[in-house]
Amino acid sequence: MKTLRVYAILYLCFLYAPIALLPIFAFNDGTIIAFPLRGFTLEWFRELAEIPALHEAVGNSLMIAVFSSLLATVLGICAARAGTRFEFPGKKGILGLIMLPLVLPEIIVAVSLLVVLLQLGLSLGAWSVILGHVLICMPFSIAILNASFQSLDVALEEAAIDLGETRLSSFRLITLPLVMPGIISSLLIAFTISLDEFIIAFFLTGTEPTLPVYLWGQLRFPQKIPVVMALGTLLVVASVILLTLAEYFRRRGAARTGQADSGGFL
Amino acid sequence: MKDTPAQSSPIITLENVEKYYGDYHALRGISAEIGQGEFFSLLGPSGCGKTTLLRTIAGFEALSSGRLTIDGRDMAGVPANKRPTNMVFQSYAIFPHLSVAENVGFGLRRAPLSKAEKARAVGEALEMVGLAGYGARAAHALSGGQRQRVALARALILKPKVLLLDEPLSALDKKLREQMQLELRRLQRQVGITFILVTHDQEEALIMSDRIAVMFEGQIAQLDAPQMLYRRPVTRQVGEFIGVMNFLPARATMTDQDHIEVEASGLGRAVIGPDQVPGGFHPGQTASVGIRPETMSILFAGETTDRRVATGIVEDRAYYGDMTYYEVRLEGVERPMTISMKNLVGRPVLDRGAEARVAWDAGSLVLFA
Repeated sequence: MKTLRVYAILYLCFLYAPIALLPIFAFNDGTIIAFPLRGFTLEWFRELAEIPALHEAVGNSLMIAVFSSLLATVLGICAARAGTRFEFPGKKGILGLIMLPLVLPEIIVAVSLLVVLLQLGLSLGAWSVILGHVLICMPFSIAILNASFQSLDVALEEAAIDLGETRLSSFRLITLPLVMPGIISSLLIAFTISLDEFIIAFFLTGTEPTLPVYLWGQLRFPQKIPVVMALGTLLVVASVILLTLAEYFRRRGAARTGQADSGGFL
Repeated sequence: MKDTPAQSSPIITLENVEKYYGDYHALRGISAEIGQGEFFSLLGPSGCGKTTLLRTIAGFEALSSGRLTIDGRDMAGVPANKRPTNMVFQSYAIFPHLSVAENVGFGLRRAPLSKAEKARAVGEALEMVGLAGYGARAAHALSGGQRQRVALARALILKPKVLLLDEPLSALDKKLREQMQLELRRLQRQVGITFILVTHDQEEALIMSDRIAVMFEGQIAQLDAPQMLYRRPVTRQVGEFIGVMNFLPARATMTDQDHIEVEASGLGRAVIGPDQVPGGFHPGQTASVGIRPETMSILFAGETTDRRVATGIVEDRAYYGDMTYYEVRLEGVERPMTISMKNLVGRPVLDRGAEARVAWDAGSLVLFA
C-alpha cells in the first residue's frame, strides 16, 4: 500500500509540477528561468498589456473559440438527438465516424485539411481554423450531449405534444431546459479545447495567429519567456475555471433529471 | 357469437385498422366501437399490439390503412396535439423541471383563460385526484403513487373526450395498485369521460372495465363485458389468458338447433346449449371443452348431490388459507385438472393420493372447436 501511495504522489507531481512552475516564474523578478528566485514582480503581467500583436492573437483565439464551440454544440445536439431517438440504417457506423477525431492524431487531421483546402484553392484564415476545431470538438460535445439526451424519457416530449404543444414548442419547453446543463457543459469544453489547441491552428491559421501559435512564436526570444509564463498562468487559471463550470453544470443536470451520475470528463 | 356492442353512442370507431412497421404487421384489421363514457380495456400479452392501438388513437402512430373517428371526426392527418384525447403514460412523463402545479396546468398554456382562472382549474384538478395543496412541490420529489395522480390531473384538466391510459398501474406495488384500481374507476364515473386502459393484467381489466377487448397478435380475439369474457371465452386462447380454465378433449354432435351433445373424456356425456359454444359450432373438427376451477366441487365423505359426478385421484394440492387448489386427475384423462374449494368451517382438506368425487354441471362447460 505504501509503495502505491508513493507512486500516486510521484505521478501527481509529474503531472502538475510543470504547471506549478508557470506561476512561480511568472512572478519572478528575472529574465532567466532558473532557481534561485530573485524576488516578486508584476512586471511581466504589466508587459502583457502592452503588446498589440498579443491582443490581436487573443482576439482571434476568442472569436475562433466562440464560433467553434457554438457550431460544435449545435451540430452535437442534432447528432445526439438523432442518435438517441431514432433508428436509421448505418446509424452505428455514422456515429462511430463522427467520434473518430477523438482518437485520430491531430496532426493528420491538420495536414489533410490543409491539403484539401489548398487543393480547392481556398485561402486560409480564421474560418479554416474554426472548421478544424469543430471537427475535433464534436466528439466531446456529442459524448456530453448523448448522456443528457439518453437520460431523458422519450415520453416527455410526447406528453407535451399530447397536451397541445407542437413538436417545436415541446422541444423548446421540455427538452431544451432539461438538456441545457449538457449544452452549457458542451459549450464550455469545446471553448476550452479550441482556445488551447495548437497543431490545427498552426497549420490552418494563415496570417492571423491564434494565441497558442503566437506564444510558440515568442519562445524563440529568451527575453520574452517570463511574459509567456505570465500568459500561461492566466490561461491555466481560465481553463480550470471553465472546466469546473462545465462539470458543475453537467452534474446539476444529472441531479435534476433524477439520474445517477454516470461519469463525465472530470 | 357477436361481440357485445357498446351500451352508449360510440365516441371512437375503428374500421379495419392496419399498422405495419416495415414488414412487421402490428395491427391486423381492428374494428371496434367504443362508447361514450365507457371504461374500455385493451388486454393482451406483451407484443399483442395493444399499446400500438392506443398510440394510433392518441395520434403518435399513423394508420397504415383503415379509418379512425373520434367524436364523429375522421382523425386521418390530425396530429396528436389537435386530438380530443389525452394520455397517461406508463412512465407518467412528469416534467421533472416543473412544479406539480406547472405540470398539471401545462395543457392550459394555450387556453384563453386568465391567470386566476388557470390557477383555479389547477386547484380543482389537484383536488379531484386527492393532491390538494401539493401544487408548489417539485415534481421530481413525488412518490410513485403521487406521480400517477399528477399525470391523471394533467391529462384530465383539458377535459378530453377520451382519456388514454398506458399501463398506468404497472409501476406501483400491489397494495397501492389495488387501491388505485378502485380510485380510477370512481374517478371515471365522476368525470364521465371515456377511459381506454391498456393492461396485460387480466384481473385489473376484469375489475375496472365495462368492456374488454382481448388482443392476440394484432387482432381482437374477443370484445365483451368482463363476465361474458370469463364465462364464455370464444377461443381456448382467451379462456387460458383470463383466469384459469381446464381443457378436456371432447367429441361433439349437434342434435338439433338448440342442443349439442358433448362427450368429454373424464366427465362423460352432456347436453349443452348453443350459447355454450361462443366461438361457433363447427361439426367434424377436433374439439375440447373448458371448465373453470370454481364451477366444480369435491364431494367429501357422505356428501350427496344431484349434480353430475366424476371420479379421480388427488395428484397435488395447494393450501392458500381461504382456498385450497386441488390437482385432480379424472379417470381416463391424461392431464390433471384444477379445482378450487373454499375452506369452509368443518370442511376437510384432502391429501395427495386420496380418491375424489368431483361434482360438475353441464351448464358450466364451454365447447371450443
